[in-house]
Amino acid sequence: MRDMAAPGDVHSADYLIEARDVVYDFGETPALRGANLSIREGEILAVMGPSGSGKSTLLHCLAAILVPKHGGIYLSGQRVDTLDENERSALRRDTFGFVFQFGQLVPELTAEENVALPLLLAGLRRDDALRRAREWFERLGIDGLERRRSGELSGGQAQRVALARGLVAHPKVLFADEPTGSLDSLTGELVMELVVTAARQDGTTVVLVTHEPRVAAYAGREVIVRDGLVNSLVHDALAP
Amino acid sequence: MSVPFALLGLLEREPSHGYDLKRDYDSYFGRSKPLPFGQVYATLGRLSRDGKVSPGEIEPGDGPDRKRFAITEAGKQEFETWLREPVEPEPHLQTVLFEKVLLALMLGRSAEQYLDTQRAAHLRRMRELTELKRQDSLIDALLADHGLFHLEADLRWMDMTAARLPSLASMVAT
Repeated sequence: MRDMAAPGDVHSADYLIEARDVVYDFGETPALRGANLSIREGEILAVMGPSGSGKSTLLHCLAAILVPKHGGIYLSGQRVDTLDENERSALRRDTFGFVFQFGQLVPELTAEENVALPLLLAGLRRDDALRRAREWFERLGIDGLERRRSGELSGGQAQRVALARGLVAHPKVLFADEPTGSLDSLTGELVMELVVTAARQDGTTVVLVTHEPRVAAYAGREVIVRDGLVNSLVHDALAP
Repeated sequence: MSVPFALLGLLEREPSHGYDLKRDYDSYFGRSKPLPFGQVYATLGRLSRDGKVSPGEIEPGDGPDRKRFAITEAGKQEFETWLREPVEPEPHLQTVLFEKVLLALMLGRSAEQYLDTQRAAHLRRMRELTELKRQDSLIDALLADHGLFHLEADLRWMDMTAARLPSLASMVAT
């Protein structure tokens, strides 16, 4: 990654990823109105908030999918929102992993090809990529499903395949946007259990957007996004 | 329901007679269980003995309700401490949470800030229960689930209440 940071743009390297005074709008509709958030390496953070509060927009800005209209995103102290589209794309591919609400697997590919996708995009040979992908099937309890296509998987199975795809390249940060939103309670808990176990074993930082308190309880800390701003829940004046 | 704190909160708003306190208490907090007169005066008696409220001069007229009670500095301090502290997160807290939210709004305090503090306390307890569930004991997991679902219900109620704070504030103000 090319260092695009201007002098003075370098922020605290104590944090792996930071949003500083981030503003984003969709035309006339403001989504983020000066959001600040600092996340330490290895932390599992839940981002909560009501529908339309801006929590998914915040995740997309942190993950270099959206470029803030104002403010900056910093990764290990280096500014990343000012990178060009190709550089941000490389950052997403090499440094970040993603899991979304509906898995979003490629229907034409088998489960193992889906999992191998980030490795193939990073230039790994097909055999190596598939071999590394298969290791995750056992780890996430979905061995035997490697050759199935997404239409032949249950919701919980598909979401575990999506999780394997999100983690296969050992990302620094896993961004998970309502990863259990389409699952029943028990399957949702299984997926969260796998996220936490894998993240703790590999030291992966996780940014988890959820509106479900029982999912947020798997995180080590939670913040709430309200009206485009980030609140830490515990107010200084009231802190125990 | 913590009757002494509710009465202290109502008295912080303005000094009142026992009858007015009972009327306000019943309309806000005692809809399904009105406060007996005896309990109002017994509670005021205890608060007065402990220096939390002071009975004013006996006013001229008929009937037993001729004292106007006012909150003391010690009473204000105790009420403030109670209002700021999150309730110990355990299931079925709705009535106490409601009491705190309503009194905070009535007295111009930040109900949203209180709700956030309570949310943080609930989520902290939910994290502990979730960690317990991850210990591989099915019995512990099932017991933890019961607590988690109830705490989640409280949190959903807090979300709904937070969304309705503006309407609630204008209702309390009238």
